[in-house]
Amino acid sequence: MPESIVTILDIAIGGLLLGGIYALIAMGLSLQYGVARVLNIAHGEFIMIGAFSTFTLYTVLGINPLVCLAIVGPIIFIIGFLLHQTLFTRLRIAAPNPGAYEASSLLAAFGLLFVIQNLALLGWGADFRAYSYLNFGVNIWGAIFSANKLVILGFAVGIGVAFYLFLIRTRLGKAIRSAAQDPQTASLMGVNINRVLSICFGFGALMAGIAGVLISMRVPLNPAMGLQYTLIAIIVIVLGGLGSIPGSFIGGFILGIIGEVVTHFEPSLSLAAYYFIFMLLLLVRPKGIFGK
Amino acid sequence: MDITRFKSKGFFIPGLISLVLLILLATLPLSLGGYTVVLVTTILMYAILTVSWVLFSGPSGYMSLASAAFFGVGIYIGALLLPNTGQVLPLLVVVVLGGLASSIVALGVGALTLRLRGIYFAIFTFGLVVLILEVLNWWEHTVSHIRGRFVMVVDNETIFYVMLAIFVATMLTFFFLRRSKFGLALQSIGQNEEAAAHSGVNVTMVKVLTFALSAFFVGAAGVVWATRLTYIDPYIAFNFFLSFLPVLMAIFGGIGQIYGPVVGAAIFAYLQETLQTEFPEVYMLTFGIVLVVVILYLPNGIVGLIPKLWRRISGGQHANT
Repeated sequence: MPESIVTILDIAIGGLLLGGIYALIAMGLSLQYGVARVLNIAHGEFIMIGAFSTFTLYTVLGINPLVCLAIVGPIIFIIGFLLHQTLFTRLRIAAPNPGAYEASSLLAAFGLLFVIQNLALLGWGADFRAYSYLNFGVNIWGAIFSANKLVILGFAVGIGVAFYLFLIRTRLGKAIRSAAQDPQTASLMGVNINRVLSICFGFGALMAGIAGVLISMRVPLNPAMGLQYTLIAIIVIVLGGLGSIPGSFIGGFILGIIGEVVTHFEPSLSLAAYYFIFMLLLLVRPKGIFGK
Repeated sequence: MDITRFKSKGFFIPGLISLVLLILLATLPLSLGGYTVVLVTTILMYAILTVSWVLFSGPSGYMSLASAAFFGVGIYIGALLLPNTGQVLPLLVVVVLGGLASSIVALGVGALTLRLRGIYFAIFTFGLVVLILEVLNWWEHTVSHIRGRFVMVVDNETIFYVMLAIFVATMLTFFFLRRSKFGLALQSIGQNEEAAAHSGVNVTMVKVLTFALSAFFVGAAGVVWATRLTYIDPYIAFNFFLSFLPVLMAIFGGIGQIYGPVVGAAIFAYLQETLQTEFPEVYMLTFGIVLVVVILYLPNGIVGLIPKLWRRISGGQHANT
């Protein structure tokens, strides 16, 4: 195969692999912001908690990281659910209008970021941690990718599709979709709005936690690692259209490919490129690509 | 301007108290010196950032997270124009230039983005900090090949007096703006933007100009701060934490009163100076907890707590205040 085609394939598959994680993280934030109206700037901290828990479970107890998905996921869901029940529901009821709630919940989430991050610093220390799992090369049409990257992509796509089916097919999914459209009317139609919003927030945290478990397989961990993922998730949900779950799923892959292309030419500018696209998008089409 | 307003007793007594406090502050280096001067300079810096934030975001209701960007622009102007060797321009000129540079950035950003509503504006201004940081970092690494820059060393007392002057200018601007027609227009935008536009307020101009005005003081403070840091790189200059701190300090102190943000900034700056070096994790952890608790239980800040307490102590006789 010619050299240039291998490079293009390399970038495309690399972008998809990166995009899988972005999609998962962004779907979680989309549930929290698009439905529950909490711009959770502490989203990345749930990723960090998921990653560090996996690290400890794997290196101390020897539990397989893929099994950790089933342990860490539900625990983080419960943490997210309870956080919303206690903190954010209270703020939502106290806020005079939706705009005030968005501002106060953003600041409360910022407080959470500091609480979670510094508890992790006290518990795990500031050093970078890493472990090796499924770290061997797999050959795809001449380009070589490590196996754990492919596992990550598989799980990201699988979870994305499963959650989409859950939203479309189940009764709770319907309640979530109605809450996303109009919380007040939904509660008049008999949806227990506080519970549904808390479940959404919990699911958002769950996806972040799962993303954290997957990320821990291939990047070094540090208590301060969360924020960069939060920032990327914010970009993706604006890119895909606020409140649109499929939008953030596809947006994640788009941003992943853009990131891989920029990294190919000028690695240190990839974050700047994300923000440039993001700010351009806010100015030209703030509704996002798939926004209504 | 209406002179009668200044004669009313509502203006005289707070004015007198402010003047006495100002004289006390100005003589501080003579009486205490050393560490206290450094600490008070830090408090003044945070107070400038917080009051500038309230100047625009308080009445207009647009939550700006651009403070760190304006501060960083000031710091960088300071580092570029006040190098530790071969300095040409005097400090005060650079302070004004730094303020102007921040204002120009604010004018550009404001003209582009102030039509964005609510949370979009907050996200955009936060993105601005990261964008400038990343581009500057790339520039320093690949074009100029400078890892960090050394800034002219200025003695602590000079830094203190310049910071005090910027602080006084910020407070005076804040005070008179709130009482002016312009400030009223800004407030009407915060309450109902459409109604304000229909009443003949040039909505875009008022927003952009106030945004630029608030950026001026932050940029000027940035220049002075650069001389205190003496060594900077893009990550030191554009610290995104400084975008959230003014918001927290303002909410903690209470934005309903003119002295609320100053009280909030003073308490936080003091805590930071005393705790951060020894127990950084504990400080940040406390910071987070206090933020959550204040938002949950003290929506009007600690200053808002005083009339509440007073009412309770005096047995509800002053319920009308």
